Amino acid sequence: MMNPTFLGLDYPTLWFLVLGGLFSGYAILDGFDLGAGAWHLFFRKEQSRRVALNAIGPVWDGNEVWLVIGGGALFAGFPEVYATLLSAMYIPFMLFLMMLIMRAVSIEFRSKEPMLWWRKMWDISYSVSSIMLSVLLGIVLGNVIQGIPMGADHEFTGNWISFLNPYAILVGITTLSIFMVHGALYLTMKTEGRLFAKLTILLKRAIIFFVVMIVSLTMVSLVFVPQMSDRIFSQPWLGILPLLMGAAIFFIPRFVRVRRYRPAFLLSSGVIMLLLIVVAVELYPVLLPSSSSAAHSLDIYSASSSTKSLEIMLIIAAIGAPLVLSYTIFIYKTFWGKVKLDDSSY
Amino acid sequence: MNLAILRVHNGFFVMDVEILSRIQFAFTISFHYIYPPLSIGLGLVMVFMEGLYLKTRNPQYEQLARFWTRIFALTFGIGVATGIVMEFEFGTNWATYSRYVGDVFGSALAAEGVFAFALESGFLGILLFGWNRVKPPVHFFATVMVLLGSMFSAVWIVVANSWQQTPAGFHIVGEGMQARAEIIDFWAMVFNPSSVDRLTHVWIAAFLAGAFMVLSVHAWYLLKGRFVEVSKKAIKIALSIALVASLSQLLTGHHSAAGVAENQPAKLAAFEGHFEASAPADLYLFGWVNKETEEVTGLKIPGGTSMLVHGDFEEPVAGLRSFAEEDRPSALNAIFQFYHLMIAIGMALIGISVLACFFWWRGTLFEQRWLLMLLVPSVLLPQIGNQVGWFAAEMGRQPWVVYGLLRTSDALSKAVTANQVLFSLIMFTFVYVILLGLFLYLLNKKIQHGPEDDESIAHRPQQEAMMDNVQP
Repeated sequence: MMNPTFLGLDYPTLWFLVLGGLFSGYAILDGFDLGAGAWHLFFRKEQSRRVALNAIGPVWDGNEVWLVIGGGALFAGFPEVYATLLSAMYIPFMLFLMMLIMRAVSIEFRSKEPMLWWRKMWDISYSVSSIMLSVLLGIVLGNVIQGIPMGADHEFTGNWISFLNPYAILVGITTLSIFMVHGALYLTMKTEGRLFAKLTILLKRAIIFFVVMIVSLTMVSLVFVPQMSDRIFSQPWLGILPLLMGAAIFFIPRFVRVRRYRPAFLLSSGVIMLLLIVVAVELYPVLLPSSSSAAHSLDIYSASSSTKSLEIMLIIAAIGAPLVLSYTIFIYKTFWGKVKLDDSSY
Repeated sequence: MNLAILRVHNGFFVMDVEILSRIQFAFTISFHYIYPPLSIGLGLVMVFMEGLYLKTRNPQYEQLARFWTRIFALTFGIGVATGIVMEFEFGTNWATYSRYVGDVFGSALAAEGVFAFALESGFLGILLFGWNRVKPPVHFFATVMVLLGSMFSAVWIVVANSWQQTPAGFHIVGEGMQARAEIIDFWAMVFNPSSVDRLTHVWIAAFLAGAFMVLSVHAWYLLKGRFVEVSKKAIKIALSIALVASLSQLLTGHHSAAGVAENQPAKLAAFEGHFEASAPADLYLFGWVNKETEEVTGLKIPGGTSMLVHGDFEEPVAGLRSFAEEDRPSALNAIFQFYHLMIAIGMALIGISVLACFFWWRGTLFEQRWLLMLLVPSVLLPQIGNQVGWFAAEMGRQPWVVYGLLRTSDALSKAVTANQVLFSLIMFTFVYVILLGLFLYLLNKKIQHGPEDDESIAHRPQQEAMMDNVQP
């Protein structure tokens, strides 16, 4: 039986693209509010902290929805991968969930009481959870890139601590660094006065931090994780991806120098997306490589839901995506511009 | 089923990973479920308040809508944070279950994310922060969208859970531990035999949770002589919802029970403590189930369950003995008690609503201090009813996680050890206790503060100017 296709792509590939789109969307959107949170303790003044918090106030919740949808899409489209990955990465995912809760609570409760110790406590928990979440996301990605030990039944065979390996930690810190650039750029667009001036200084340091991390990660990957570059080397036209990424990274500081933060923010979004595209291109059609034996890897065909199920979900996505996009744009437009604290602020 | 938590292994006492995972799931879902019904119920009340404001332009309604939006924000925030946990827990703790149901369950979950959750979280920004940024009708629209979003999200979750109770629209592929369900008919899956009854039951229960919260808070204000005029308005809105909802709940409840009798006979037998394999079943008002002697002691209407299910007091109903020991739910007395407590609460809510409406009709509602005093603690009734109703539904489904197809004990993650679950369970307990404490503290603070405050509409421009000049 022929597998049905749409636009020349089979359904598992389409769903792979949907998933890639959702995870990129999540990384770009939650990336800037996690990044903004990572900077929080660098702002010393109460007013600055409130402005920074309210810069993400109306949108952070909506941004997290992308994670919820992405998780649902993974469960729906590739239940084997969802089940194997989440049970294999039990501890990091549990920590992730806990940090997610702590962060939501911190944002919600911080400005509800005037006491200094109260606000300080929530500021710390907000910032620490934002940093931890960024690093944990990177750690999970790092483990996926390297592959995890699993048998023919796709059950994880490692132990509870095997997620914490040097390469995964490197990816984790790199993720934090790009989110910090991204978040700082977002905040410069949303603030003015002294906080803005402070951010311009922090932004420069963030860019240096990021460049150091991305260069190290690239070199380590080339040497120790060759499967993350073999497709680009064998098909030279794919070289456009790293070239584009290099160009984007090159132009961010240039736009920053001339105080054009919006194009710089678009470029940092582009860098995040390109990083994930490179990962997707190198993995495809595998979704979760097995580090014990390549034959045990979960690819989009062995792990996918039935054609019927994918077809239903593609219809749902096709109806839903324009809806979600249109009101997301409406909401961002409503809160466009610099932050003004008012009676409904955090 | 093995309920022993402690087992001796290598000379050490170790916890059983199955029971730990079940405790963790039960704990996290029960805690989560405090909040979504409040979001749905308060959402409905807010739509009425804001709608009345648009219609009458009476600023008291806007004041009410703003006040309840602030409380809504609190419940919604915690609901989202604890809800994400649920989505990931299927994969972390119940990997075999996830593999088994993913193909079927997945499309419901995808629809939930796209149609429901994105809608409510998106418009929430405008609901909470948009009062001064968009025109009142646009804001009202956002409120309606948030309510619809939260109701849609109940649709897909209840559909998925109902599919576990009464699977339909699928076939089984593979054998043994490799077996999994694949969808063949989306609409048969969505409209499986129990979805509609259970969804309406859940929605109405949520409306009751919201309505009684509003009743409780404003009754307390009246008793204290605070915010008298707005509170009277709020009570009338909430009472109207409570009356309609509590009475219709009787109907959906009856339909649900009839559905259980037809589709999950072992569960119905557990609800009513009915043991005889084939005999007319009694209806207990209250009682105590002795699992060992297979007897129930209590006050009953002989043949009552047969009457409700078949319309005949003499008609036999399949009892627990007609099912193999390993296919029966095990916690029989708990299921019986939870189920009967839910019904008792439902009746109490009808009683309170009807009584209050009677005095409203007589024009003396706000003079009945005893009734107002009764309304204040009544906020707990729908909450308890929601919890025990779900306990009965989920425990009654045991030993199956997917009724008749997949056992709970087979549904676990094989890669996860008891120590890992113990670690996360302790962490959840710690975080959730803090969360509950903060919720109650801030809720109390907002209620003490009340709807009239410095954010009132008349002072808005002044207020804004003040906020802009706050010195760092």
